[in-house]
Amino acid sequence: MALKMVKGSIDRMFDKNLQDLVRGIRNHKEDEAKYISQCIDEIKQELKQDNIAVKANAVCKLTYLQMLGYDISWAAFNIIEVMSASKFTFKRIGYLAASQCFHEGTDVIMLTTNQIRKDLSSPNQYDTGVALTGLSCFVTPDLARDLANDIMTLMSHTKPYIRKKAVLIMYKVFLKYPESLRPAFPRLKEKLEDPDPGVQSAAVNVICELARRNPKNYLSLAPLFFKLMTSSTNNWVLIKIIKLFGALTPLEPRLGKKLIEPLTNLIHSTSAMSLLYECVNTVICVFFFSQLCVQKLRILIEDSDQNLKYLGLLAMSKILKTHPKSVQSHKDLILQCLDDKDESIRLRALDLLYGMVSKKNLMEIVKKLMIHVDKAEGTTYRDELLTKIIDICSQSNYQYITNFEWYISILVELTRLEGTRHGCERIILSKSMCRSAVIDVLFSNQTLEAMLRPKVTTLPGHIQAVYVQNMVKLYASILQQKEQAGEKEAAQEITQLMIERLPQFVQSADLEVQERASCILQLIKYIQKLQAKEVPVAEEVIALFAGELNPVAPKAQKKVPVPEGLDLDAWINEPPSDSESEDEKPKTIFHEEEQRHSRHRQPEIDEEELARRREARKQEQANNPFYIKSSPSPQKRYQDTPGVEHIPVVQIDLSVPLKVPGMPMSDQYVKLEEERRHKQKLEKDKKKKKQKKEKRGKHHRHNSLHTESEEDIAPAHHVDIITEEMPENALPSDEDDKDPNDPYKALDIDLDKPLADSEKLPVQRHRNVETLKSPDSEVPLVEKKSKKPKKKEKKHKDKERDKGKKKEKEKKVVEEEEDEVKKKSSKHKKKKHKKEKEEKSKDKKKSKKKSHPSEEEPPESVQNGTLEDEPLPVSSCSKPLRFSQGNLQHDSQVTVSVIFENKSTSFLKSMELNVLDSLNTKMLRPEGSSVHDGIPVPFQLPPGISNEAQFVFTLQSIVMAQKLKGTLSFIVKDDEGSTHEKLDFKLHFSCASYLITTPCYSDAFAKLLESGDLHMSSIKVDGISISFQHLLAKICFHHHFSVVERVDSCASMYSRSIQGHHVCLLVKKGENSVSIDGKCNDSTLLSNLLDEMKETLSKC
Amino acid sequence: MQFMLLFSRQGKLRLQKWYVPLSDKEKKKITRELVQTVLARKPKMCSFLEWRDLKIVYKRYASLYFCCAIEDQDNELITLEIIHRYVELLDKYFGSVCELDIIFNFEKAYFILDEFLLGGEVQETSKKNVLKAIEQADLLQEVSTSSFSGHSVSMVGWDSETSCSSKLLEGIL
Repeated sequence: MALKMVKGSIDRMFDKNLQDLVRGIRNHKEDEAKYISQCIDEIKQELKQDNIAVKANAVCKLTYLQMLGYDISWAAFNIIEVMSASKFTFKRIGYLAASQCFHEGTDVIMLTTNQIRKDLSSPNQYDTGVALTGLSCFVTPDLARDLANDIMTLMSHTKPYIRKKAVLIMYKVFLKYPESLRPAFPRLKEKLEDPDPGVQSAAVNVICELARRNPKNYLSLAPLFFKLMTSSTNNWVLIKIIKLFGALTPLEPRLGKKLIEPLTNLIHSTSAMSLLYECVNTVICVFFFSQLCVQKLRILIEDSDQNLKYLGLLAMSKILKTHPKSVQSHKDLILQCLDDKDESIRLRALDLLYGMVSKKNLMEIVKKLMIHVDKAEGTTYRDELLTKIIDICSQSNYQYITNFEWYISILVELTRLEGTRHGCERIILSKSMCRSAVIDVLFSNQTLEAMLRPKVTTLPGHIQAVYVQNMVKLYASILQQKEQAGEKEAAQEITQLMIERLPQFVQSADLEVQERASCILQLIKYIQKLQAKEVPVAEEVIALFAGELNPVAPKAQKKVPVPEGLDLDAWINEPPSDSESEDEKPKTIFHEEEQRHSRHRQPEIDEEELARRREARKQEQANNPFYIKSSPSPQKRYQDTPGVEHIPVVQIDLSVPLKVPGMPMSDQYVKLEEERRHKQKLEKDKKKKKQKKEKRGKHHRHNSLHTESEEDIAPAHHVDIITEEMPENALPSDEDDKDPNDPYKALDIDLDKPLADSEKLPVQRHRNVETLKSPDSEVPLVEKKSKKPKKKEKKHKDKERDKGKKKEKEKKVVEEEEDEVKKKSSKHKKKKHKKEKEEKSKDKKKSKKKSHPSEEEPPESVQNGTLEDEPLPVSSCSKPLRFSQGNLQHDSQVTVSVIFENKSTSFLKSMELNVLDSLNTKMLRPEGSSVHDGIPVPFQLPPGISNEAQFVFTLQSIVMAQKLKGTLSFIVKDDEGSTHEKLDFKLHFSCASYLITTPCYSDAFAKLLESGDLHMSSIKVDGISISFQHLLAKICFHHHFSVVERVDSCASMYSRSIQGHHVCLLVKKGENSVSIDGKCNDSTLLSNLLDEMKETLSKC
Repeated sequence: MQFMLLFSRQGKLRLQKWYVPLSDKEKKKITRELVQTVLARKPKMCSFLEWRDLKIVYKRYASLYFCCAIEDQDNELITLEIIHRYVELLDKYFGSVCELDIIFNFEKAYFILDEFLLGGEVQETSKKNVLKAIEQADLLQEVSTSSFSGHSVSMVGWDSETSCSSKLLEGIL
């Protein structure tokens, strides 16, 4: 042994340590990979040695290599070995390596449970600390479940160093194992008032994080946090608290008022920018608007520190949403930021501009932006500018644009820039989106289209498709003009041009473009024929575009409820079985296409074809619920369809005398616009003078849909503002906004409800790595899986609000009772039910000897009681009151907590609960009161509220189930006055409710059976159809047993009563029956238990 | 905080701490992307950027970039404060810390970080307490074995990259 040690340390002298490795890597720059693979080989050798120091050194090196990007998952087991070293030095390295490279997928992680538990309870606080730190990085749902209880205990450790770590890590545990939140929360809450500031701030951190995700469950903590906020001087803590209030206030508006003062004080007094920023940010987001904040923000923006400037702008953009006016007054400052040398600041300022435009200043702002576009150096920034200009102009369906000629000219200028591809796309898209405008501004459009033409075919398909469509629109209006002007020649020329240019689109690789183009081509050819016959066509062509074709809202499809009986997943046609038929299809497509091309010279056929397609399309539209309904004439409908049009528009060469605006055109528009406005103003003034009652600008506006916020500016063009189409039967709700995968959703848990027994954290159990599959560990799973028959669930639905997964178990208990209730009470509106829960308070003994559960029972563990309830028809009172109960055991005392829920619409007060004592079970009353006195419930219940009260009972014997009758008296207060009401109920203490689920090991179990001082009894139940697994789960769940061992369809189970009786069961499942043999110190208890069990099982 | 990365001006990762579970592949991808983005920023730019749905807060100290990813609602300024505090802690511990210290004693750098942050939240706001905890833990370590070297770094063979030895706190950018 000694020799081995010596040998080990000699070996070590030749091993590379971390420093050597790092140095070596640096010295082998050229062949780094080779060097490292050598090192890894050495490390593998080192890991094979027994010396833990060598292993630790190897693991340390691996951790470094992992950072360089090398996979070290193969060494996971070695890392665990190092973690379990007894020396802190090595343990530390092991945990570090684990925290760097373990993740949920690491399978050996389950081997660490026991080691971590051991370290957590180590007398050395640094061992515990290092385990907690490591765990925070790689905690998995399994680890969280198994260790939650240990960590919770550590929250009350004597050393603040451990407490604060335990508190912080609880957050990770909650995320992985939401069931732990409710049991752990009371203790977490206590930590808010911990004497150590570090622990306190950790608790604030955790609760703040929890509350940010699900604020409504934390409203009750508001007063406590308010106290903290006004007393704390720690900025870190203050920031968290303010954040928390930011989350709470929207739910409880009264908080806002209370917070104004302290927040304002902080804003005035603090010198810490981070705190100031947090205050301002929170204030503007959730509380109220204050000029003070805007002033402070201005100071931030004016600061020379880029970071503050950035944040100031960011916060401004939040104000913008609610109080655009107050931001607009800082336009100067924001425009100034556009010149900042930091791109991210410029982008922020751009965002702000978006919200600052109005009809009045749009032109001015865009002009300024155009200058920036010219100056912009990077293409990304320029693209961003382009996009922003278009966004700004097109927001709210071009609400702010008063002069579309101006806008088009801007677009033209933008396209002239050496724009990137992206920019072009945006422009064209945007152009086509404002097609209604396009018609108004036809002439300038001509140039635009012409300019774009050469590039068009290089654009992506979806743009081309829109583009093609617009061509026709344009064509139609030109045609009309020409015809009206009597220029037949010119009209024919345009038609000819269209026919010449369209084929390039017909050949497009994009199907949509192809289809649209070929349709249009045929249409135009037809027009050409008519033109040749001198038939006036323009009216009809224009008619194609009459009527409005609104875009379909993006969510439309989702909003249509699926009709009954429609299975969207069903095949419409059976999928083709062999590949042959598939092969044929493409052929026919090509065939058709060829025909199409050949038809170019045969216009008659085209017509037919066209008609046929039209027909087909009509058909399709008729079947399409999204298609717009308002199309009176088939013709119109046709035109909307695939696009049609063509544009080639426009003869550029025409160089028409139309005034084609030159380059600085947009500026001209600005001037024009100013003049126009000026004129309007004059006019208006005149009108005013004449005291005409008519509204200003009415003549100009007709039906324009603008909601004129700035009435003095009339738009130059009338543009219909499009709204998105929704199907008629769209569902109004917007459920789609919630992400079902949100990990925080699981933490949406009501913390004010009392704990159910089923919720208690799993108590430490012995768990051998090798016997992972022991029935012990399976139990919880089984419980979760077991399902109640549906019927019950349904009945229950209306009653239980959903509280998340968590409550499911609890619900089940309630359900059962409910069933009973239903039978008895039929029509009464009043219902109550109760639930009993019992828990042993944990603090008593910290069981160190869990290994022999049969002898020394750890007092912690949970028990379910049964409850019962009885619906009492309470006369006239129409308010259902509901309560449920749970109980906590204390030696021969049982605490029953009762939840009172006011389901009525009236206020309930002066509640008093009284129980008729039995010999065995008595309610504990204050000294001096008689057995007939009730115990007042210490609160009142507004409508819809529930609250919990606890009552203590003393018990003599637990071998028999107990039923106590009781009465709740209360005063109902509503508009009409107050009435006195009573509600009778029964409290049912079943024998099973005195049992504590206690794990037991097979050897101890065997000893117990052999001891021979147990009484035996057995039952047999027939007609059991549920699986054995479920059966066991039921027994575990309802009767608080745990499985000791299970072999095929036979299992031994164990439980223990609060007075120390051992109860052993042997459960055997036959074909259709189950037999249960039981052994217990007390024969009465056993037979009662078995009776209860029989009842449960016979319900299956 | 979702994660913290330390990397050099050359883009070499010096430290990484992930507070959210991600696969190695994803981590590498994020690291690569972020290092590129951050290194491309000009010195005078502000320390924040929006990246995916996170906010990145970074700061350069001499040759090292400290880079944190926080969530949308988190406070950027306090995150900068966290970074700075961490550098101060390193500085106190190593005594005028430089990049080399962190390279050679990267495990110490992790230990300090772990005492300061836990699960992405600040666990100890007092510098004194953090250092005390680390020193005591180190003491424990010295007792059990003296062979792991402390914090003196030999500079042999490092002339080529002198930037690595410039003091972080003196090189705040």
